[in-house]
This record gives sequence, C-alpha cells and structure tokens, in this order.
Amino acid sequence: MNAQIAPPPAAAGWQAVIGLEIHAQLSTASKLFSGAPTAYGAEPNTQASLVDIALPGTLPVPNRAAIRKAIQFGLAIGAPIAPHSVFARKNYFYPDLPKGYQISQYELPVVGPGKLKVRVDDGRTIEVEIQRAHLEEDAGKSVHDAFHAETGIDLNRAGTPLLEIVSAPVMHSAAEAVAYMRTVHTLVRWLGICDGNMQEGSFRCDCNVSVRRSGTEQLGTRTEIKNVNSFRFVEKAIEYEIERQIRALENGEAIVQETRLYDPTRHQTRSMRSKESADDYRYFPDPDLPPLAIGAAEIERERSALPELPQARRERYIAVLGLPEADADQLCSDRATADYFEAVLAGVPGQAKLCANWVLGEVAAALNENAVEIAAAPVDAAALAQLLSRLREGVISGKIAKDVFAAMWAGEGSADVIIEARGLKQISDTGALATAIDAVLAEYAGQVADYRKGNDKLLQFFVGQVMKRTRGQANPQQLNELLKQKLAG
Amino acid sequence: MSIDSATVRHIARLARLAVAETELESVRSDLARVLHLFDDLAAANVDNLNPLAHPHDQVLGLRDDVADQPDRSEELLALAPAAQGGYYLVPKVIE
Amino acid sequence: MSSASLAALGADLAAGRTSAAELAAQALDRAQQHAALNSFISLQPEAALAHANSVDANRRAGRDMHALAGIPFAHKDIFCTKGIATTCGSRMLRGFAPPYDAQVVERLAAAGAVSIGKTNMDEFAMGSSNENSAYGAARNPWDAARVPGGSSGGSAAAVAAGIVPFATGTDTGGSIRQPAAFCGITGLKPTYGRVSRYGMIAYASSLDCAGVLARSAADCASVFSAIAGHDGRDATSVDRPLEDVQALLPRPLRGLRIGLAREYFGGGVDAAVAAQVRAALAELEKLGAVLVDISLPSAHHAIPAYYVIAPAEASSNLARYDGVRYGHRAADARSLDELYSRSRAEGFGAEVQRRILVGTYALSAGYYDAYYLRAQKVRRLIALDFAAAFEQVDLIAGPTAPTTAFRLGEKSDDALAMYAADVNTVAVNLAGLPAISAPAGFVDGLPVGLQLIAPAFAEARLLNAAHQLQQATDWHTQEPQA
Repeated sequence: MNAQIAPPPAAAGWQAVIGLEIHAQLSTASKLFSGAPTAYGAEPNTQASLVDIALPGTLPVPNRAAIRKAIQFGLAIGAPIAPHSVFARKNYFYPDLPKGYQISQYELPVVGPGKLKVRVDDGRTIEVEIQRAHLEEDAGKSVHDAFHAETGIDLNRAGTPLLEIVSAPVMHSAAEAVAYMRTVHTLVRWLGICDGNMQEGSFRCDCNVSVRRSGTEQLGTRTEIKNVNSFRFVEKAIEYEIERQIRALENGEAIVQETRLYDPTRHQTRSMRSKESADDYRYFPDPDLPPLAIGAAEIERERSALPELPQARRERYIAVLGLPEADADQLCSDRATADYFEAVLAGVPGQAKLCANWVLGEVAAALNENAVEIAAAPVDAAALAQLLSRLREGVISGKIAKDVFAAMWAGEGSADVIIEARGLKQISDTGALATAIDAVLAEYAGQVADYRKGNDKLLQFFVGQVMKRTRGQANPQQLNELLKQKLAG
Repeated sequence: MSIDSATVRHIARLARLAVAETELESVRSDLARVLHLFDDLAAANVDNLNPLAHPHDQVLGLRDDVADQPDRSEELLALAPAAQGGYYLVPKVIE
Repeated sequence: MSSASLAALGADLAAGRTSAAELAAQALDRAQQHAALNSFISLQPEAALAHANSVDANRRAGRDMHALAGIPFAHKDIFCTKGIATTCGSRMLRGFAPPYDAQVVERLAAAGAVSIGKTNMDEFAMGSSNENSAYGAARNPWDAARVPGGSSGGSAAAVAAGIVPFATGTDTGGSIRQPAAFCGITGLKPTYGRVSRYGMIAYASSLDCAGVLARSAADCASVFSAIAGHDGRDATSVDRPLEDVQALLPRPLRGLRIGLAREYFGGGVDAAVAAQVRAALAELEKLGAVLVDISLPSAHHAIPAYYVIAPAEASSNLARYDGVRYGHRAADARSLDELYSRSRAEGFGAEVQRRILVGTYALSAGYYDAYYLRAQKVRRLIALDFAAAFEQVDLIAGPTAPTTAFRLGEKSDDALAMYAADVNTVAVNLAGLPAISAPAGFVDGLPVGLQLIAPAFAEARLLNAAHQLQQATDWHTQEPQA
C-alpha cells in the first residue's frame, strides 16, 4: 500500500480489509492432468476422459504448458519461481469432484510472493502484494434445474487448469479490489495465459472481506464470497458485504466466518449453509505426483520470452512517445490494442498522438459497433498507417480520411486504391482552386459586397461553397489563403 | 493415543462411511487398538529429517499439451449406476 | 507339463510340440480341477482361447514371436482389463468392466502371453491372507486349511498349484513376496517406478508396485523384462535404461556380499523358519557369496510407519468410490450424504473400512503432524538405514515372513496380529527397493521363503542370486500333493 494516501473510508469510523483469490483458467488445449480437450460449451461429459471421471487405475500426468504459463505469471509479478513445488490433495466429497479430492498446491506453490501496481479510478496508484499463485484443477458442474428429484453432473470442466492468484488482505474498498482485479485481468490476457472470458468462467474470484475500527490493526472476522464472475458483481458484492458487516457490528452482532454467495439479481450476499461448517481438507502431498522441479535454465528461457509488460509499456508511451496518461492507459488495456497501435506508428513514424487518436477513436468505435476483436479488424495496422500517411502528406483532409476509413472497413480496398478510385485527392493546384473560387464569388456577388463592408463571418460561407463545388477535395489551408487574397480584391 | 466416540463419528463423517450408533463403540475400541500401534512413532529419533513422500526423491514426469483423448462419454456413462441425458445423476443437491 | 519352465514351454511352442490354444485349454482345465482353491475370481475361457488362436496363427505365419508368446498366465484382479470384470476383490466393483487395459496388461498381451482369468486377492490389496476378499478366501495348495498369504494370494495359489506358470501381482507392503513364500514359489517386487502403475487399481500410490509370481527366478526375469520400462501415463514411472536381467542370470556369485539383517531374524520370527532361511543362505555361501552380519536399527518402526502412510493414502485413493460414476450404489438413498455413506459402507469390507478410518484420522487436523508427517520422517529414517547398509553389502537377506502359512481364521479377527505378519516386508516398500522371495525349504511340510533385498534398480542382482540358488537347490521344484 502506498502509505501517503489514505484509502477512502467504507463508512465513518470503519475500515474494510479485502483480499482476493482470483481463479484464472490457463488457456491450454488439454487439461491439467489429462489429455481431454478444454473447449467451452461442449455437450455434457463429452470432454471428461477416463482420468477426469477418476476411473480406478487412472493416474494424473501434469501438462507442461500449464506449468510454463504459471511461471510466466510469476515472472511478470516479480515473484520467485519455486525450484521444487508440490502438488497436494485437498480431500472432500462433492459430486462435481470425481476423485474425492482436488489436486492443488498447498505448502509449496509454484509462484511465490510478488507485487502489482494498480491504478484506482480516483487516480491513486496502490501496490498490491500477491502472496502466492498456485496450480490446481477445476471441478465439474452441477446442474440443479434440469431434473426433477436429481442433480445432474457434467464433468467437462473437471481437471481444467487454473492458476489461483492470492492477494494479501491489503485492499480497503470495492473500488480498489475491482481495480486490482482489472489489472490482473489485463496482465493474464497480455501474457496470453488466460483468455479472460468472464461469462465462460475463465476468470473469476473469491472475495475475502472483513471490517475493523479505523486505526486498529487487528483484522476482523472475515467472510468469503465465492465465485464472483464480473467486475461489477465484485464491486457490488464487496460493497454490500462491507455494509452488512458494519451494520451487524454496530448492532452488537458478531460476524460469522463463513462462505457466502452473491446473488446478482438482488445485489446481496447470502450464507451458503449447505457447505460443511467444519471443513477438514486433510491436505497431503499427492503420492501420484512427485515434486515438480523447475530448473534455472527453464526459468530464464521463460523470462527472455516474456513480452514488455503493460505497466512498462504505459510508462514508455508517456515518457518516450509523449502521449497523455489517458491515451496510454487505454492503449495498454490489452496487448492486441497496444501492439496494433505500435504497428500503425511504425508506418507513420513520429506521429504517436495522431496514431493514438485514430486507434482510440475511429478504430475503437468501428470495433465496438461491429463487435469485432482488434486482431480481426478488417483494417489492419499497415492499412491504417497508409491512410494516416496520406493524411499527414496532405493528400487528403481529415474529413475525407474518415470516409476513406469507412470504405476500407467495408472492404473496398487500401487507402490509396479508394482515394484514387473515388478521386479524393485534395485540390492543391492553385489554378483549379482559383477557378472554383472565382465561380463562387461571381455567383454570390451580394455577399462579396457585404464581406468587403466588414462582415468577416461570411468567409466560412465562401469556404463551404468552394468545398461543395470541389466535393470537399480542396486543401483547406490553401483555400483559406487564396480566398482571403481574392476577397481582399 | 486414545480416541473417543465423537472423534470416531467425525472421522466416519469425513470418510463418508455410515457407522450405526450401535456399532460406534466397537469401531472406537478397534481403532484405539490400531492407533496404539503408532505410539512407537513418537519414540523414533527423526530430528532434522525431511519427510519422505516418494521413494528415491523422484522428479515428476510431465506431458505435452495435446488434447488426444476422444469423446467416450457414451461408453463411460454406461458404467454409471444412474445417468440420463449425458449427465451423471445424484440425489438433489440443495445449495 | 504343469511345472515346466517358461523357457521349456517356449521351446515346445517354437518347435510346434504344443500350441498356445492347447496350453490355454490345459490351464483352464487345471483351474477347474483346482476350483476349491478359489484362486480365481473369474476365468475368461473364450477370450483366452481366441487370443491363443491368434497367437498360434501368427506363429504359423512366421512372425517374430516374443519369448512369452502363447504362454498361459493369470492377472491379479487389480489390473484393469478392457471389457473384462475387474473387481479388486471388492463388492464395490462387482461387475465393473473397465474401458481400458492397464500398462502391464497391454505389455503382456502384446507379447502374446495368454491370460486365462483374474486371480483372487484381498480387497483393494489390503490384507496378508486373502481372507479379505469379497469373493471368498483363497486356499493354500500345500494345505487347504491354510491361507495362501496376501494380498496376491490367488496368484500365488494358482502358480503353486500348477494352474499357470506365472501370474501378475502387486506389492504394497509384501503382497507379492509373502504369498510367494507361503506357497513355495518365487515372487519379484521390482523397484518402485520400474513397472507402470497405469491401470493398476491404487491402494497406496507411493508404495504400490506391480510384479510377478512364478516358479523360478529365471521365469520371473523373463516376465519382468516384458513388463518393466517407462510409461508416460504414470508420472512416477522411472525413465532409465533397463538392465538385461536374463543375460545376467548366469553370473557367478563369487564375492557377492549378503547382509544378514539381525532385526529380520528377531523376536517375532519362528525359530524353525529362521533356521531354514539360514540353511538357504549357507547354500549361497557355498556358491561364493560372503555373508555379513548387519543391522537395520530402525526396522522396528517400519510397521507403524507403514500402517499410517498406507491407510492415509488409501483413505484418499478410495474416495472416488462414491456410487456416482461406477461401482456399487446404495439403493434408494434420499440424500447425497446418504448415497455416499451407505454406498461406501455397503461396498467396502471391514478391513478396507478400518484402513480408511485410520488413514482419515492420521491426516485430519490436529493429528497430521503426530501421525502422517512423523511417519513420513520415519520413512526417511528407514530409507537411510538401507542406504547405510548398502554401503557395506550388495544384498540384504532374511526370512520373507516370520512364520509359514497360518490357518484360515487364525488371525482374521485380530488386525494387529495380521499386520505383524508384514514385519519383514513393509520397509522395502517404504524405501521403494526391489526384493525377491525365493523358496528356502520347508518347515513341517510348509514352504519357507528367503527374502533378498537390493538397492534401487538392481533387479538383475536379485534375480541373479536367486537363480544361482535355484541352480544349486531343488526347493523351488517341489510341488504340493493335490
């Protein structure tokens, strides 16, 4: 935490303390311990292999790619990577847990403590300590409403690799928690280790919330809100929970350490009574899985392959490219956008602000309108760079450029092709421009007389008329100068 | 080490093994005899020794990220005592 | 014919003096004749004869044949066999036909060995007498009133009775060696990780080991060569080159140092058994081996450490039997909890339930450090004991079991007495070492086993020593009168 800046109080006299356990589904082709596919949305149990349904005699074998992705995350938060980490069994009975235990990591996780700088909406930057990140397998899904007296079990998700990222309890408001969650979300997508799809549950979190009297050190009793899968829900759930706990404590009630569920329709949290109160998970090292050894060479290989991280890139955009903070933030909100921006800039060197304006303006609007990812944009970075070059060179005006962009988006070809085909080159030829001006001045002799009497405002009228006559192709600067000369007589 | 009935009840619950109240005492005394065997462990001098969870302090074998397991759900669901519509069935679970 | 070696059977097959189909039919006949031994949980005559015919066809077509091609054998019912009931000796898995083959099953099938059936065993390999089988106790061919040992009791009985020349087994705390000793045959427990556990139903994963029971060390060597090796489907499978154990069988024993562990001849060991084992060791000495008295000072901690660690792992390994995806499901359960606790209480036998409870307790909050963690430290101590001993000697010897085969029912009501029978075998599993039990003569007409223990991956040394002993003695050729 940045000590100089006081966090906003949840309510007068109280301080909330929040820690998040984020579950990021690692984007692998196969599961953490089996060769079953991980694709989302398949028919029930069609992606549950012999290992996933825990048939007698089957054994888990860890997926190398999942381990590499965990290492990448650890390096990105400056955390030590354990040379030996241990897979442990967390034992409990539930129908979506076929083996009767979840393979997770307990005492020796693959990723040790690290840190992440987080910009909160109010402009503050806080540093959030991450205690650890560990690999574990996901459980299956229970379907409660499809059957009359039974619950249906779909084990497609069972065994999907998760990275559980555990923050220290260092956040003090829902806004801070959400800002942290967004920063992690950006980072895991940036690294390409998680698709971040929250609707599909690829990125979700458990929120640990407690409150204490301002100025006291001792942590209050916490509750855990399970499985919240949107930024908005996290914000609402934490806000509700903070208020609930403060109200309870002010009424002299004790907080019960428990698991709660967030109800998005009522924006409330409620106690999950069906979960056992006295869980005893009997963690012990999985005897099927000897310790995971990660050598220094392997760690260095991952480190050298790591992309420039969002924080570093944002700072470079501000310091080196001279972009405003807001532009840098937006461009670095995901790696595809930042990479696209840089590819455009490579084609229009020195024009960072122009490129940023276009990427965050026209391009972003078009993507949004058509619900397209930037990687699939019909106008690629090189094509946009060509358009912006023509704009820079004065071949077309800004207004024309937007029309050309629309045509490019519609698939009519490159900027040059469209400019040529539609005859959109600016008229910079003094003769042609003079002819057009003369024609306009002749047509509007009365207005010319008024202007000459001192009505300066009419200049824009003449500009507009000439533009109309030249179908917008007149070079605006040249037109202004020439028009003033002619009117001056 | 002695064990009481409440602990037996708790352990049986954790292990999901039904133990009738009438059998509780016989299960308790049986377990107490076995646990007595373990008192010997306290006598072993294991100061400064790391626990050995796997013989030979082995290193873990890994696999490449290849989704090579085909859909065998029909065959696998046929092994289940109760399945319908592609799902395994259990008595209604209330969250 | 029933006592012929694998080499002799192989030669007969190669020369066309017999066929795989004929051998399989004879083995199936003998299994019927010896039905009273209850050594099989199931027989697969049709599948066996079909496989035998295809092996014979391959031979006639002039294909390259493996040394085991056409030889009948049996699998312990702990190995998953595709489409063939695999019960693990439990009511829980009655009628369960796995949709896949274990690695050991694949390997032997690929070699052309013909499985005629699945042998009886203590439920989930938990037991030392084969009395904990949901399919009835198996009996010892030397005396039907006595146990064949366990948990691979059915495999040992079937080989000793001459039904099959070899059978697969598994050894978690002595489950190959002790029944081999009780039945007068040779049993090899390889180094942990040497043979894949894929498809072998788990009891205690860090101890479980697949191996073989046969009539001689040479036969064990032949089968071991076929089943050993790395398997990517088992993350504990060891990837390192395999010695040619068969080529090393004839090596003379001159200078081989054999350590006689004082503790293995200690208090609980029957004096006549100890004397008989010393007589076998004297034979090895005659062959040039040097006998050295040694000590394994932590040996007495092995039983308590084993009976914490194995049940702890078992309590977790057996959590998957919940009546949902396969296996026994209690009728008319009204709630999920009832489904679980009744299915498991009905499906598991008494010893399995006892070990699940003990293991759950050893791992539970408040007891983990005193039991599980401490047992793992003792396990380290025991491994260090062996490491120190192997600085002085090449092999360690002692009686496999403290007594000869006991009577059915003699210990079945006393878990602790039964556990004590494992006193000389469990430490080997805790340390993951290879060991062999070889016939060492008789006491009152009942077989005695000599256990030899080697450093990790030195199976060749074990097989060589046992083979040389068997070249010089005839204990392993004795057959029960039945």
